[in-house]
Amino acid sequence: MSRAISITVNGTTQSQEVEPSLLLVELLREQLHLTGTHVGCDTSQCGACTVLVDGRATKACTVLAVQADGATVTTVEGLATGGALHPVQRAFQAQHATQCGFCTPGMIISAVDLLARNAKPTEAEIRHAIKGNYCRCTGYQNIVRAIEAAAAEVGR
Amino acid sequence: MTVTTTPKFVGMRVLRKEDPRLITGTATYTDDIVLPGMVYAQFVRSPHAHARIKRVDTAKAKQAPGVVAVLSGADAAATGTLPLFVNVPGIKQSKHFPIAADKVRYAGDAVAVVVADSHAAARVAAALVDVEYELLPVVVDGEKALAPGAPIIHEDLGTNLACTYPFKGGDIDKAFADAEIVVKQRLVNQRLIPNAMEPRSVVAKIDGNELTLWSTTQIPHFVQLFVAINLGIPQNHVRVIAPEVGGGFGSKLNVYAEELVVPFLARQLGRPVKWTEDRREGYLATTHGRDMVHDVELAAKRDGTLLGLRVRTVANIGGYLQAFAPVSATILHVFITPGAYHLPAYDCEVKVAYTNTTPIDAYRGAGRPEAAYIIERIMDRLADEIGMDPAEVRRKNFVKPDAFPYTTVSTLVYDSGDYAKALDLAIERSDYKGFAKRRDETERRGWYRGIGLSSYVEICGLAPSKANAALGIGWGGYESARIRVNPLGTVQVWTGTSPHGQGHETSWSQIVADQFGIRPDDIEVLHGDTLESPGMGVGTFGSRSLAVGGIAVHKAAQRIREKVIRLAAHLLEASPDDVVFEGGKLFVKGVPEKSKAFGEVVFQLYLAANLPDGMEPGLESIVYHDPENFTYPFGTHVCEVEIDPETGAVEIVRYTAVDDCGVQINPMIVEGQLHGGIVQAIGQALYEGAVYDENGQLLTGSMMDYHVPTAADVPSFTLDHTVTPSPVNALGVKGIGEAGTIGAAPAVVNAVMDALSSIGVKHLDMPLTPERVWRAIRAAKPMEVRK
Repeated sequence: MSRAISITVNGTTQSQEVEPSLLLVELLREQLHLTGTHVGCDTSQCGACTVLVDGRATKACTVLAVQADGATVTTVEGLATGGALHPVQRAFQAQHATQCGFCTPGMIISAVDLLARNAKPTEAEIRHAIKGNYCRCTGYQNIVRAIEAAAAEVGR
Repeated sequence: MTVTTTPKFVGMRVLRKEDPRLITGTATYTDDIVLPGMVYAQFVRSPHAHARIKRVDTAKAKQAPGVVAVLSGADAAATGTLPLFVNVPGIKQSKHFPIAADKVRYAGDAVAVVVADSHAAARVAAALVDVEYELLPVVVDGEKALAPGAPIIHEDLGTNLACTYPFKGGDIDKAFADAEIVVKQRLVNQRLIPNAMEPRSVVAKIDGNELTLWSTTQIPHFVQLFVAINLGIPQNHVRVIAPEVGGGFGSKLNVYAEELVVPFLARQLGRPVKWTEDRREGYLATTHGRDMVHDVELAAKRDGTLLGLRVRTVANIGGYLQAFAPVSATILHVFITPGAYHLPAYDCEVKVAYTNTTPIDAYRGAGRPEAAYIIERIMDRLADEIGMDPAEVRRKNFVKPDAFPYTTVSTLVYDSGDYAKALDLAIERSDYKGFAKRRDETERRGWYRGIGLSSYVEICGLAPSKANAALGIGWGGYESARIRVNPLGTVQVWTGTSPHGQGHETSWSQIVADQFGIRPDDIEVLHGDTLESPGMGVGTFGSRSLAVGGIAVHKAAQRIREKVIRLAAHLLEASPDDVVFEGGKLFVKGVPEKSKAFGEVVFQLYLAANLPDGMEPGLESIVYHDPENFTYPFGTHVCEVEIDPETGAVEIVRYTAVDDCGVQINPMIVEGQLHGGIVQAIGQALYEGAVYDENGQLLTGSMMDYHVPTAADVPSFTLDHTVTPSPVNALGVKGIGEAGTIGAAPAVVNAVMDALSSIGVKHLDMPLTPERVWRAIRAAKPMEVRK
C-alpha cells in the first residue's frame, strides 16, 4: 500500500507516492531519475549510494523512502550552485581522484560531509571519514589529496 | 610574427576529459538506462555446488504478479554455449550453457530466469521457481579435485584435469645437480574476488531487426561477435555499447551468460529487458581470480647465483572455463615467472583443475602477479638462507642493461630494461639503508618491523597476432583506431580499446594533439560502441590499451598528418619535405607568415577542387595496428611494515615504488594506475581471500565477509620512475595498468616475513590477516605469558 511523502531533493520540495519497502536510493534513482547516486552493494558497505540527508552523509540503501518523509536530501547532482561546481568536485578533477567514477558521487558527498564538520582534517581523519566508501580504482591517495585541496580552498 | 610553437601534450599532466560527467553524476552507466516498456530479469541460481537438476517447475512463478516470462535451461538452450577464446594444447572442455539444464557445477550456476515488469516482482517470482536437485559430492580444492576418487565435475570429460601445461628450458637436471643450495617453498596465490565497484548489468532492446545491447564490458566487440553468432542475428544488426563502465579488472572481460540470455529474452518478448546483478549475486556469478598453488624449488650457488627454477602449479579454474580462463593459469604465468633474472634453466608445469566453485578468469595482472609472487618470494627465501641482502641477490642476477633485447630461458624477448637503475632509485627513495635504525626504534616499543623488496618484470602489449596464434589464443592481438576530421575541422577519434576508468579519452587526445598541433580539448575520443568504431576492437585488458591501441591511434593520426602536409605543400607550391605543421598551422620552412590553417587545408580536402593528382577527397583514416613484440615494464617496490605483537595487525608504514613503463603519456594517470594497483595487491597480501566450505558454499559471500581495502587500511605511497623507452613501438610506451598489482604483493609479504624473521618464521601464506600473523607469533613464542 503506497504512501505519500514530502521530500526536498536538491532544493525542490515534492510529494511522492512510495511503497513502504522502497529504499531512498530507489526513490532517487528510479522515481526521480537521479542516477548519479549508485548502488554498489547490498550490505551497506560500499557507500556508492551516499547522499546528504538533512546535511549528514547517509547511505541511501539503508534508509526507507518513508523514513525520509520531510527530509532534505542533497545528491551529487545538487552540489553545484549557480553553475559553479562545489570545491570538492573541482578538487576531484584537479587531483585525479576519480577513475571509473562509480564510487565518486558517494565519495564526494562523504567529503562534503566531513568538511562541514571538520574544516581542516588531517590525512588520518580524512581516511577515517571515507572508510565507508570503497574505491577499487584509485587506491584512495588522490582522493585524500583532493579532500585536502578542497579543505584548503574552502578555508581560504 | 612569432611562430606558434606546438606544445607537446605527450608527457603532460593533462586533467581528464572524462571527469566533468563523473563528478557531477551525469555519466550514464548501464543500470542507469531506462527504456519505455522495459521489463526486468532475475536469475534463479543454484544454492548447491554440485547437483543434478531433476525438475524445474516454473508454474507458480509464472502466475506471480507482474511476471511476463519464466525460462528454464531447456527453454533457453537456443542461446547456444558460452565461448572459450583460448585453446591451449589438449584442453578439455564440455558445453557450457548460459542456464544449466542437466546439472549445476557451482553454487550460483543459473537454473532459470524470471522476467517481470519490475525488479521487485522478478525477485519475488524467482523465489517461486521450484527446482528439484539430486545432490552430488562436492570438491572445491584444486589439488583434491585431481586426486583419485574425486567427484567428477564434467562426466563427459571423465577427469577434472582441464589441461597440463608444461614448459622446459635449459638443463634443469644439471642446475639442480650443480646447486650448492636448493630452496623449496610452497606458495599459495589465494582466490580473490575482483570487486569492480559497478556491478555487472545488461540491457537489451530490439527495434525491428536491430538489437542494441548495453553491457558493462571491457570487450564490446567480442560481445557483439558472439551475440551475433549465438543468437543468429547478422552482425550488422547487433550494436553493442559499453557506456560508462565502473571498473573491470578482468571481471568484465568475458562473454557472460547474461549477455546472451538478456538479448534472447528481449527478442522473445519484444520488449527491452534489463538485468543488474546485486553484489551477493556477483560474488557467485562473476568470475573470481587467481587460486593457484605453487611448489617452488630454486637451485643456486652459495654466492647467490641462480642456476635453475622448478615450479609445479595447480590452478583451480572453477566449474567451467570462462573466455580467457586458461591464459592466467598457463601462458601469462609460465613464461614470465623467471622475472628480472638471468636464469639458466627453468622447468614449470601447470595442472588446471575443475572444481565446484565460481569460475576463475583474469583478474588484474592475470598470471603475472602469480609469477612475480613466485620469483620474488623465492628470491627472498634464498637471500635469507644464504644470509645475503635481498637487494644484492637481486642485483647479482639481474639481466644486464646491455643484454637487451634479451631472450629469456622461457623464450620471451624482453624489449628493454635497466633493472638495477630502478632498484637503486628505490633503495635511495625508500632510505633502505636507514632501515636498521628505524627497526631499532620500533623494537624499543616492543613491535616488529620489516622491510621487503620486489623487483618485477611484467609482460604487456598483448599481443603480436602470430604469437597469439602460436599460444592458442583464438584471435589476433592487434588494435584498431579510426580518425575522422570533419569538413569544419573538428576531430573525432574512435578507438577499439574500451576503457573503464583508464582515461583513454584524455591520453589518446594527447597523442593526436601532438600530431596536429592542436589542443587535446579540440579532439573528441569515442569508444565502447560497435556502431561507428572500426569493424573490430579487441578491447581493454592486459595493460594493452596504450602499447597497442594508443599506437593504432598514433598511426592513424600520422596518416592524417601526412595527407594534410601533402595537400598544404600542393597549395603552397612547395615540397612536402619543406612543410612545417605546427601550432595548428602549415607553412613552408622559414616562411611562417605565409601559412595555411589546419582547418583551411581540411576544408580544401572536402571541397576537392584543387587536390594534387591521385589524392582522394576527404580526411579519414582507419588503422589496425599489430604489435611486433610484447612490452616489458619493470620496477622495484619497497615496503616497510610494523606489526603489533598483541594483535598481529600489520601496518604499512612506508611504501616506495619505482616503476618504468617506458615513455609516459600522462604521468598523472600513470600514478593513479599505480596507486590503485598497489592497493589491490595490498588487498591480496593482507586482507582478501575468498573462502569456500567443503560443501561449496562461499563463506565470504558478501562485502561484509570479504574485506576490500578501505582508505583507512592503506598509506600514501612515494612514487618515482625511470624511463626506458620500448623499442617496439613508435611512442616508446609499455603499459602501466597492472604494474602496481604485480609488483606490490611480494614486497608486502617479504616485509612481513622480514619482520617475523627475528622469531624464526620463514613463510606465511597470504592474506596476512591479523589472526594468521598473531597465530604465527604465538606459535614462535609459546612460552611468553602476557602480564
